[in-house]
Amino acid sequence: MSATPDTVTTPTFQLDGEEIPFQPGQTIIQAALAAGKYIPHLCFHPEFKPHGSCKLCLVKISGRPAASCTTVAQAGLSVESEIPEVQDKRRTLVQMLLVEGNHFCPSCEKSGNCMLQALGYELGVMSPHFPQIFPVRPVDASHKEILLDFNRCILCELCVRASNEVDQKNVFALAGRGISKHLIVNSESGRLADTNFSATDKAAQVCPVGVILPKRVGFAIPIGKRKFDLKPISDPGASAGCAEHAEGGA
Amino acid sequence: MSFKLETAVYPEKLKRVAIEPVSRVEGHGKVTILLDENDQVHQVRLHIVEFRGFEKFIQGRPYWEVPVMVQRLCGICPVSHHLAASKALDMIIGAKLTPTAEKLRRLMHAGQMLQSHALHFFHLSSPDLMFGFGSDAAQRNVVGIISAFPEVAKKGVLLRKYGQEVIRHTAGKRVHGTGSVPGGVNKSLTVDERDQLLKDIYQMVAWSREAVQIIRGLFEKNLEEYNAFGRFPANSMSLVRADGAMDLYHGGLRARDAAGKVIFDHHNYEHYWEVISEDVKPWSYMKFPFMKAFGPDDGWYRVGPLARVSNCDFIPTPLADKAREEFLAFDAGRAAGATLGYHWARMIEMLHAAETIKDLLHDEDILGTDLMAKGERVQRGVGVIEAPRGTLIHHYRVNEDDQVIRANLIVSTTHNNQPMNEAIRQVAKQYLNGKKLTEGLLNHIEVAIRCFDPCLSCATHALGQMPLEVSLIDAKGGCLDRMVKNQQAASLTD
Repeated sequence: MSATPDTVTTPTFQLDGEEIPFQPGQTIIQAALAAGKYIPHLCFHPEFKPHGSCKLCLVKISGRPAASCTTVAQAGLSVESEIPEVQDKRRTLVQMLLVEGNHFCPSCEKSGNCMLQALGYELGVMSPHFPQIFPVRPVDASHKEILLDFNRCILCELCVRASNEVDQKNVFALAGRGISKHLIVNSESGRLADTNFSATDKAAQVCPVGVILPKRVGFAIPIGKRKFDLKPISDPGASAGCAEHAEGGA
Repeated sequence: MSFKLETAVYPEKLKRVAIEPVSRVEGHGKVTILLDENDQVHQVRLHIVEFRGFEKFIQGRPYWEVPVMVQRLCGICPVSHHLAASKALDMIIGAKLTPTAEKLRRLMHAGQMLQSHALHFFHLSSPDLMFGFGSDAAQRNVVGIISAFPEVAKKGVLLRKYGQEVIRHTAGKRVHGTGSVPGGVNKSLTVDERDQLLKDIYQMVAWSREAVQIIRGLFEKNLEEYNAFGRFPANSMSLVRADGAMDLYHGGLRARDAAGKVIFDHHNYEHYWEVISEDVKPWSYMKFPFMKAFGPDDGWYRVGPLARVSNCDFIPTPLADKAREEFLAFDAGRAAGATLGYHWARMIEMLHAAETIKDLLHDEDILGTDLMAKGERVQRGVGVIEAPRGTLIHHYRVNEDDQVIRANLIVSTTHNNQPMNEAIRQVAKQYLNGKKLTEGLLNHIEVAIRCFDPCLSCATHALGQMPLEVSLIDAKGGCLDRMVKNQQAASLTD
């Protein structure tokens, strides 16, 4: 972000009043993150094509709402992100995600490494606000190395994309419609053990919440020493390519 | 010695006195006193909503989540559940703890014991003991203690705070930490943390000694009342070390009858069901554990400080052991059989906890880095620990996929279920004439329940705001008498 001699030739847009340089073809969120400016997100991952489903990266561009992960940066745009109107909508989205699944942070081994939890703190979510749905989502513990806890799925499809595009295994998919939409495992039995999934797959590394977990790790790293315990998700050190999605396990 | 709870030939003729609610946080409790046709106390029932739900909803969860999840049973002594679950899961993963891990867990547990006992004695029970059971309710609370005995109150607060600091440094948080994991612990103490705790530990030992003297002095001052209050003979059970010493973290099960005769000794707790079982009653969610040797009617027993102090051969820290000897010898041993003796025993244990912390802080192992162990995996694990309120049993089965498929938790208050009923019955017999409810009766029943420090908040004064409703109802449902303490609080709990 420090000025360089060729900055004058680099196109920029304004994000909350600050000039953000970008490369042609970059989306607003890509340019913002590259410049050290955090825009909340869950389904965005710099290694994957934008998905535009979680809508946490909502911004206002010239007064109109848009997903910053799917909107290509253009010179001269005026983008608003950290304004009350936008933050309120993001908070509502996080609250809706929290009630759609079963998110029990106090006993969740992903606590402190979970992007959804970190965004809850970031956006000042003090309560779920909406009635809890409490869906019934049994755990798939069939795989020797990986546990699938569907209770926490936010349907970001990062595992679907990683398994398809990087691992080329196509292990995961979304099924169902609307509120019934859910993550499934692509095997005849529906069990992870009956796929060729491996703990070293990219899909095992990208979950922003606590769905895909290495087994028998649990609370080996103390609460208080985890990624978002040390720095808030908006801190450049924590969010840099937020993509690692809290790796280091739970 | 048994008090049978279901003995009425014509139960429909009994009159009923209901005290509801007597709890505020962990479950809902009420007391029902049933009177016979001559207005004499016939039965007493302490009804409690227990936490059996945990046993169901941890089914299917991964085992490594359990020590963190089940401690949410309780906000007062979560460390006990945290450690009991960890011990059961140590067994499941075949881990033999490293010295560092075991000593850090013992340190965490001693911190828990210190803070819980301090909380109970100074914050919850000292108002009854220091002002008198029937004293003005407006004064008989922790605020009253702060006003009348500011030095005592201050020491109580600081003792509890110190215990919580020990927990924070070992578990990561003062409440609901994550320090203990299957196979060991996830952190040791830094030198700074150790030195911070060392700085104040000698003061804590000294104040704990003073606390023992406070309760001794109260016994001396009110000898007959204290010895007689809610008194009943009972079996007792606790863990003891292989050499017979008190051990709050690990050991074998020892039980004695009311005369002190050993019923079983050094029984391997991994097979606890060989010596104890649980009975159910239609009027309570809480089970009634009993020793199999005597059956459900006669096999009930008490656990907790009084059981532990009288059950062990000695306490392995010198000041607490001396205090134990004095307690057992006091008034020819009568205090050790009194229900109010729980308070005295509790303070002896608090002193033991402080001495244990002091010893462990001088042990270099707590700074070690060898934190985790594992071994051959099995499917069944049992963890038993002496929680502040008594013996705590966690029993799990875990399938090959690492999921919990069965859980059985027998918590301290459950063991003490029948003894609490018995104590209330004795008090009700003494203070209820069957015709008129009095504030004194309510107070004395509360005091009796509080001796056991049950894990339901009937043991709390809540600054004098404890909602309490008593109704005296005849067999036809007519209300003969009714008393309400703190109407507003009562309505909030409806």
